Amino acid sequence: MVEISMTVNGKPVTAEVEPRTLLVTFLREQLGLTGTHVGCDTSQCGACNVHVDGVLAKSCTMLAVEADGAEVVTIEGMAAPDGTLGVVQQAFQDHHGLQCGFCTPGMVMSAAALLKENPDPSEEEIRAFLEGNLCRCTGYHNIVKAVRAAAEAMG
Amino acid sequence: MPKDHGIGAPIRRREDLRFLTGSGRYTDDINLPGQAYVRFLRSDVAHGRIKRLDTSAAAAMDGVIRVFTARDFENVGGLPCGWQITSRDGNPMAEPKHPIMAEGKVRHVGEIIAAVIAETPGQAQDAVEAIEVEIEELPAVIDMAAALEEGAPKVHDDLPSNLCFDWGLVEENREKVDEAIRNAPHVVSLELVNQRLAPNAMEPRVAIGAYDKATDEHTLYTTSQNPHVIRLLMGAFVLGIPEHKLRVVAPDVGGGFGSKIFHYAEEAFCTYAAKVVGRPVKWTSSRSEAFMSDAQGRDHVTKIELALDEEGHFLALRTHTLANMGAYLSTFAPAVPTWLHGTLMAGTYRTPLIYVNVKAVFTNTVPVDAYRGAGRPEATFQLERVIDKAARELGMDPVEIRRKNFINPDQFPYETPVALVYDTGNYHATLEKLEELADFGGFEARRQESAARGRLRGLGVNCYIEACGIAPSNLVGQLGARAGLYDSATVRVNPTGSITVHTGVHSHGQSHETTFPQVIAEMIGIPEDQIEIVHGDTANSPMGMGTYGSRSIAVGGSAMVRATEKIIAKAKKIAAHLLEASEGDIELKDGKFTVKGTDREVAWADVTLAAYVPHNYPLDELEPGLEETSFYDPANFTFPSGAYACEVEVDPETGKVEVCSFVAVDDFGNVINPMVVDGQVHGGLAQGIGQALLEQCVYDENGQLVTASYMDYAMPRADDLPSFTVDHSCQTPCTHNPLGVKGCGEAGAIGSPPTIVNAVIDALQRGGIRVDHIDMPLTPARVWSAIRAAS
Repeated sequence: MVEISMTVNGKPVTAEVEPRTLLVTFLREQLGLTGTHVGCDTSQCGACNVHVDGVLAKSCTMLAVEADGAEVVTIEGMAAPDGTLGVVQQAFQDHHGLQCGFCTPGMVMSAAALLKENPDPSEEEIRAFLEGNLCRCTGYHNIVKAVRAAAEAMG
Repeated sequence: MPKDHGIGAPIRRREDLRFLTGSGRYTDDINLPGQAYVRFLRSDVAHGRIKRLDTSAAAAMDGVIRVFTARDFENVGGLPCGWQITSRDGNPMAEPKHPIMAEGKVRHVGEIIAAVIAETPGQAQDAVEAIEVEIEELPAVIDMAAALEEGAPKVHDDLPSNLCFDWGLVEENREKVDEAIRNAPHVVSLELVNQRLAPNAMEPRVAIGAYDKATDEHTLYTTSQNPHVIRLLMGAFVLGIPEHKLRVVAPDVGGGFGSKIFHYAEEAFCTYAAKVVGRPVKWTSSRSEAFMSDAQGRDHVTKIELALDEEGHFLALRTHTLANMGAYLSTFAPAVPTWLHGTLMAGTYRTPLIYVNVKAVFTNTVPVDAYRGAGRPEATFQLERVIDKAARELGMDPVEIRRKNFINPDQFPYETPVALVYDTGNYHATLEKLEELADFGGFEARRQESAARGRLRGLGVNCYIEACGIAPSNLVGQLGARAGLYDSATVRVNPTGSITVHTGVHSHGQSHETTFPQVIAEMIGIPEDQIEIVHGDTANSPMGMGTYGSRSIAVGGSAMVRATEKIIAKAKKIAAHLLEASEGDIELKDGKFTVKGTDREVAWADVTLAAYVPHNYPLDELEPGLEETSFYDPANFTFPSGAYACEVEVDPETGKVEVCSFVAVDDFGNVINPMVVDGQVHGGLAQGIGQALLEQCVYDENGQLVTASYMDYAMPRADDLPSFTVDHSCQTPCTHNPLGVKGCGEAGAIGSPPTIVNAVIDALQRGGIRVDHIDMPLTPARVWSAIRAAS
């Protein structure tokens, strides 16, 4: 077992993990942050996306020990402390950008990362950026709309 | 101005709040105290005899609680099939046992051979890898035609052949159809493959079994579209657990698309093993496991022949289809290529004579069952492809040949030659709307613009129909269903007037928690936020058949309406008492009961409170309380229909297809929440376009599943798809359910594949490349090869 410490959604966390523990497993099983999902085992679907030190990361593709000392933000950290949805989250609701909700946390984390690096993306740029996130429900149409709307709201 | 309340309002979804904040509760988010973990040893060969299975080393490993093999399930039933098909010769279909674990022989890659339960998932996996298994590999049958040849290796040794059934619709018409085709001036034929697909709900399946020794009660948490069906099948037919001792919970479920209808071995295993080991047992599928254990979809090979007269009127239609069942019969597999496929071969047209033959075949592949559309996409694809080819051969416009053969609006109810009665529709109206939205008039200019860039542009159309809202129980019983297909709702009015609806259908993306309250809000006149929808737990919802076949609102919603009508009738009696008026004079509007023609009124919540605090109450005539249940069994299927068009560009140098635009005009009857309906169509379109251009399960000749991960199975991504134009303003309300609704979940997946393929063939033909057909998926390699072969 290895001891690791990190900040998750603004709170300091210290825990012992097996060296082979994936970051997503650590978040879900040890911290109980089950909003981050696992949809595949080949780093394709993006349901497990989180931010590690401000960078978009597939938490199924890194070990928990690799996040030692890092600042991790998950979907649970995206709303305001009083529960008010963040701009991207609100845009997803306003534009029906989710159905079953399973890919949604990863989509929101990706969309937020995109808007950070490109505050005014075109539809084509949004579609290209989201190619690492699979959704089987929405056909992406309303997700793209939601991301565009979030960009405009952040203006 | 759109409505902001009630039926027809595009109100935002309440379920989004939990999904957007990571607070959803999917099955894998549940962990029970003392839980152990199971991992399965699955066959890595498609067909073979298990010569030796030694689990002793695995059993001795750290953390291992117990190892299971088929021997542990000798007193347990096989997984049942819920639909029996009768062959043309009157014999029932071949129905081999579908064991929980392979008994002596493995019949597809991924079949379970053994299971290890351990303290952690890692320990269970380590131990699975220590199981020694020796399998004598046998020749595998993969190709359906080869599987039916004399002397082919048999998937099931105790059956006479690999034929499951040989079915005809309508057998009495066969000779008449043959004769009409023989004598017709034009016969257009096509041979086509509707390839095998993996449903790929983003949430992999999960099952957690638990057993309470004190009460002798079993609980199964599972990723299911229909928990009651799982309780019935697993309790009564597999494990012999009486239903009052078995609870099945399907909490938030991350998409289904059919694949989570069926009862799977892992569910029965976890339920059974939890009692044996005395601890909850959890299984979480990996995506790789999902590819080889979730039922797959489609997989038909068809020859279709359409006979026409000189003017292009359809005279007769004949199809011969081979339908792959895989190695075992999944829960509803036999219904898909038969009653959900053959019955749709009339389409939206007046073809007077139709004969459909389907031979279902066992192969050494993962079982096949319903996947979004289930049978109807296969029917639509054949019909709409052959019509396009007929238009080309007869020199007619593909839109006009369709219009010429449409069932006209004054012909409803319309009885087809393949056993359905369409209650209503207006196919001309949807096609006209399509012509307007898709700007057919501007196509030629766009084509020239594409040509200037070296691209071939094509326009494809399709007019589909589907049978949804399944289904009348007495009818499906005659057709072989071993279940009823009603649904249910309990409407429980709480003392202060809020309402909890317990429904037998299940939402796994369909938005019931938002849309169902809109219906009751409309009926009673109270705000939606006073109404809660409860689903997904056999312990707190009435027996219902669940969600598939676009049936939730048409059947489950109708049950809710009926129960609410009973509530309103009783509440009016109470109101009449409180207002000292005659019951017949009471009206309910905007959450108030009034006496007709007076200003006397009593609020909804005062009436509901009186029902539970019956101090001033007609107790001699009326029971206290306000709670009603209805079971609704539909009188007929519903028949959504529509007209789709798309434009594609083909790069003749690479064969790459780009979808430039897609317009879907659907007639869903009345619409409860247009925003949700748009979303359902978008998702269906993406799956259908995925089928047309990208997706395919590929088995090699040995039965190895080559496409068992997202590295190899091409899922549609955001940058593969265009934005869609969808419209559902053409509405012919269903005539036989109280809401006039038809269902919208599958339309997009049914209507889009032939639209895309028609557009690609159109692009090639307009470019002077004589290609009649390319099998899906239309990958660059296939399109490029077809172009090369033709030139």
